Amino acid sequence: MNNSIEIYNLNKSFKSVKALDNLKLTVEQGGFYGLIGPDGAGKTTLMRIITGLLLPDSGDIMIGGLNPVTDYRKLRLKLGYMPGKFSLYQDLTVEENLSFFAKVFDTTIKENYHLIAPVYSQIEPFKNRRAGKLSGGMKQKLALSCALVHKPEILILDEPTTGVDAVSRREFWEMLNQIRQKGITILVSTPYMEEAVLCDKISLMFDGKIIDSGTPTEITSKFKEKIYILKTTRLREILKIARQMRELKSVNAFGQNLHLVVRDNLVGIHEIESFIKKACDYEFEIEPSQADIEDCFIDYLVS
Amino acid sequence: MKRFRAFLNKEFLHIFRDVRTMMILFLIPVFQVLIFGYVIKNEVKDAKVAVLDFSGDVMTAALVAKLDAANDIKIVKTLYSYEEIEASFKANEIKAAIVFESDFAKKFNTEKTVDLQIILDASDPNLANLLNSYISAIANNYARDKNIGAAKINVSVEPRMLYNENLVSAYMFVPGTMALILMVITALMSSISIVKEKEMGTMEILLVSPLKPIQIIFGKLAPYAILSIINAVSIIIIGNLVFGVPVLGSPILLLFVSFVFIMMALSLGLLVSNIAKSQQVAMFISMFGLLLPTMLLSGFIFPIKNMPLALQYISHIIPAKYFLSALKSIMLKGLGISYIWKEISILIFMTIAFIGISIKKFKIRLDS
Repeated sequence: MNNSIEIYNLNKSFKSVKALDNLKLTVEQGGFYGLIGPDGAGKTTLMRIITGLLLPDSGDIMIGGLNPVTDYRKLRLKLGYMPGKFSLYQDLTVEENLSFFAKVFDTTIKENYHLIAPVYSQIEPFKNRRAGKLSGGMKQKLALSCALVHKPEILILDEPTTGVDAVSRREFWEMLNQIRQKGITILVSTPYMEEAVLCDKISLMFDGKIIDSGTPTEITSKFKEKIYILKTTRLREILKIARQMRELKSVNAFGQNLHLVVRDNLVGIHEIESFIKKACDYEFEIEPSQADIEDCFIDYLVS
Repeated sequence: MKRFRAFLNKEFLHIFRDVRTMMILFLIPVFQVLIFGYVIKNEVKDAKVAVLDFSGDVMTAALVAKLDAANDIKIVKTLYSYEEIEASFKANEIKAAIVFESDFAKKFNTEKTVDLQIILDASDPNLANLLNSYISAIANNYARDKNIGAAKINVSVEPRMLYNENLVSAYMFVPGTMALILMVITALMSSISIVKEKEMGTMEILLVSPLKPIQIIFGKLAPYAILSIINAVSIIIIGNLVFGVPVLGSPILLLFVSFVFIMMALSLGLLVSNIAKSQQVAMFISMFGLLLPTMLLSGFIFPIKNMPLALQYISHIIPAKYFLSALKSIMLKGLGISYIWKEISILIFMTIAFIGISIKKFKIRLDS
């Protein structure tokens, strides 16, 4: 059994726009692989090529030992796919949706219940409810159940957590962890950088290219510049002031905090502190920190 | 096969769960037949008639008086030339004109035959028909009364229909409604249901599933084919029971022609679903590209012969025109297949053409 994903020199253009540019990607058998990148990076295009929904312009692709261009029929039995929109039939009930996808793959809910149980058991109490009446988190679980019900060997998930609340998102990643323990290769894309650390390996994607790959710690450890976190209630004002400091390579708001990246170790914490204090008298705290995936990403964009 | 059954099952669930779909499928056809039926089934009541009397003798005067006395006819005008007839029709002052030839009484008595001409405004074919038979009956009755014991004498009535010389029957509303309803259900509904899958993103999953494209297409179209046949039959039955619209020809041939038209409409629906990217666009194309021409240019509401020449040419590519003409031949004239093979073959040809284009355009993959 070969459940790996191997992609070399993949190119795809839409008219004049280059969606994928000489892309290389390897997902090992049983791997739990994350594709991280903002909207428009080419994640969805890549996944559609992997599932055979789009044809590549050029490149070599092997999904589970099959070529999605020529062997798409065989490949369909091996693949589980959850598109970006939760593609469910809103007017069918939870159970009808699931059983439709089971039957289309010539199987039954019962036969593969063990596989979908960690996900489906959570929504089973609502199995007679129409899918359109489910909450976002529940829809997402149903969509995952539908993608899993035919016992795929490779699972392709296109931004499964977009538009879902934080609690459901965490639950969802826990479920993915359980699924990968059954030996299913998982390729998942997300625009949320903080979710990246939950994968074995990730690729950062931008503008149709993969800008970095590796385990999350490998990627963050490559970050050489000093980084500080600044906490304040006057985020916007201090952001403006800090951006005037030339020794700082970048200043960005991450949620409630500012991340300050120092250019070539030019200044230390005290210089930054006094620079801001000179300019205003707002309260703030500043402390050294470790780079996370988002810092790495922004660093790439800045340099 | 099991996969296909699951797909069909799903399609029927979609249809039966959606209140609007169910209304369009089952309530609208019934209402439409009833509404068209009652609107068109108007009675003659004091229809305005003019008289052009070239004879002016006792006999014509008596006949005019007799006509005026009849319940449903009112002589409102006496005319002196043919030109005035045309003008009165255009001014909408009269529904019919009666022309007596010169020396009416003399010819009646000597030649034993005399001409009475009735000119009718056939843009209202139902009324024209009724007036024609009324006036003829009165004239013939009068002739019989005047001629007791004499040799066989006829007042020959020469109706000349203005504006709609073929006298397209008022019964056209049943074939017309059928064409319209079948078009709505098959082309509109099926194209919307296919486009909906695209719009909701479910098509993406169907395409990566082991379902073959042909199974998806047939699974989408089959339920609507079945439901439209049911609809066609119920429209014919309602038309017959409520309004007495006859089915003079073979019912099997009638069903066959309807089936051919349904296939044609489905292939159109498929084509629309290929072009349209959203349900709204599909609806728009179906409404303006399919339904309006079916209503206006097929000869259902306006007789084709009365249209401007350009529209008459356009009507040749309206499938419903051929369906209507075939239906009319079977239902109202009782003609067999030898008279309508042309219409049937045109419809079949259109179906093949539309399916050909659709299959060429159907994407196994997503748009790129």
